[in-house]
Amino acid sequence: MALSPYRPPLIDAWPPRSRPPGILPRLLSGIGDRPAGLGLHDRRYGPVPGRARRPHRLIDLVEASGLTGRGGAGFPAGRKMRSVAAGPGGKVVVANGAEGEPASLKDRLLLTRLPHLVLDGMALAAEAVGANQAYLCVHGNQDGLLDSLRDAVEEREAAGRDPVRIQVAGLPGRYVSSEQSSIVHYLNGGPGVPTFSPPRPHERGVNGNPTLVHNVETLAHIALIARHGDRWFRGAGLPSAPGSMLVTVSGAVAWPGVYEIEMGTPIGQVMMLAGGPAEPLQALLVGGYFGAWLPLPVAWPVPLTHAGLKAAGGALGAGIVIALPASSCPLAETARVVRYLAEETAGQCGPCVFGLPALADAVGQLAYCGGRDGAIGQIAALLPVIEGRGACRHPDGATQLVRSLLRAFPEHARWHEGCGACAGLARTPLLPLPGDEERDWDFG
Amino acid sequence: MRVTLRVNPIACVGHGMCAELLPELIELDQWGYPIIASATVPRPLVDHARRAAQACPTLALLVEESAGKHR
Repeated sequence: MALSPYRPPLIDAWPPRSRPPGILPRLLSGIGDRPAGLGLHDRRYGPVPGRARRPHRLIDLVEASGLTGRGGAGFPAGRKMRSVAAGPGGKVVVANGAEGEPASLKDRLLLTRLPHLVLDGMALAAEAVGANQAYLCVHGNQDGLLDSLRDAVEEREAAGRDPVRIQVAGLPGRYVSSEQSSIVHYLNGGPGVPTFSPPRPHERGVNGNPTLVHNVETLAHIALIARHGDRWFRGAGLPSAPGSMLVTVSGAVAWPGVYEIEMGTPIGQVMMLAGGPAEPLQALLVGGYFGAWLPLPVAWPVPLTHAGLKAAGGALGAGIVIALPASSCPLAETARVVRYLAEETAGQCGPCVFGLPALADAVGQLAYCGGRDGAIGQIAALLPVIEGRGACRHPDGATQLVRSLLRAFPEHARWHEGCGACAGLARTPLLPLPGDEERDWDFG
Repeated sequence: MRVTLRVNPIACVGHGMCAELLPELIELDQWGYPIIASATVPRPLVDHARRAAQACPTLALLVEESAGKHR
């Protein structure tokens, strides 16, 4: 397998220019221990000025702000709004709060503590694109969350707040149901699995109407851009990647949790925000289970932007950073996650249905039954057969993770292949999966 | 006019007719699903590609025409 060497990270001086202290938090400036009701929310974030609600004004503001989607793909948020607004007939807005990544907690934090910031963003986006329907989608197995969101929506309806009726929808609680075509499929009465595209949701989505699907954090940013404008938004982050973002830091760090950072903050600085390593580390998993392993010295200076992570051979994803201790086995950790991803296939596309279990077997063989020649070669041969052959990016996410494994830990992989399992297998797995025991930390 | 080949992976269940009828552009993976060697169909093979698409029992092979220079 051809492996390109790590390129030096794209980093200029940090911070990028002199700025007043206390620029952050923004999204999290109004956060408290309990969910903020509508009255408290208004006092903390202030009113939306009437001028932001003039026709086309908000789309112009969002486009000028340079906001990109915070769900993982990083598509320009304003451009997506403009193409939906230009489509024919009635429009639909969908807020994606079905956080599929087991290691991400940022969307749940927003929805549980600051629901009205997300709902403000939904109502404003619906008004801006001319939508007459709006859905807030979360995983349906989170009963408490569904109830609290319905309460928040009722509170707004009672106050006569929004011109569009917002409906809260519970999606099937599986990994691929948070993919945007899955959500549209589910809202159209289907089982909520990815569909063949085109058409994409912004062309033909819910009930055949042009549909704007934005992550809930993206909508929360839109709620603030409507209040403070595009120049304010660009006052944080890099010129090429403006604004702030939420990241979830976990693993072997002193204070795991959700942090709001400026886009472009070096990963090492984010690690120090989380209290630094709790024990000696060997690598970071950045971007979640569709992201990449990066050796510690490679990851530390990399700026958290889509371009920065891409240059380092990774992906920003939904802003997930997991610190792997030196005494853990990255092969065993990855084997477990690839098995999970294989089980989470929607079961529709052959290369995913058959390829991911084969990949999970091959990585598991290398991790647990080492000492067999050819195990690495077997993995390397499987990757290109799986990549790019599903209707969604699920199989590609798994192969990217495995590619990064072989790239970040070549010696470790050769040790397993030549000599057998390592001492790291004795450690309890660190990477979280649904159904694990309750995690030992939370944002409480 | 550029003619391209695409598989709808959701509809495809791996009958393998396409690889029989268009071996120049399609081979099967170890599970029997088609791998398209080149998305662009050379002009001499366009008729064969259309025949392969029509023969697919699940209509999962798509022959699409788009504006642009034919290679």
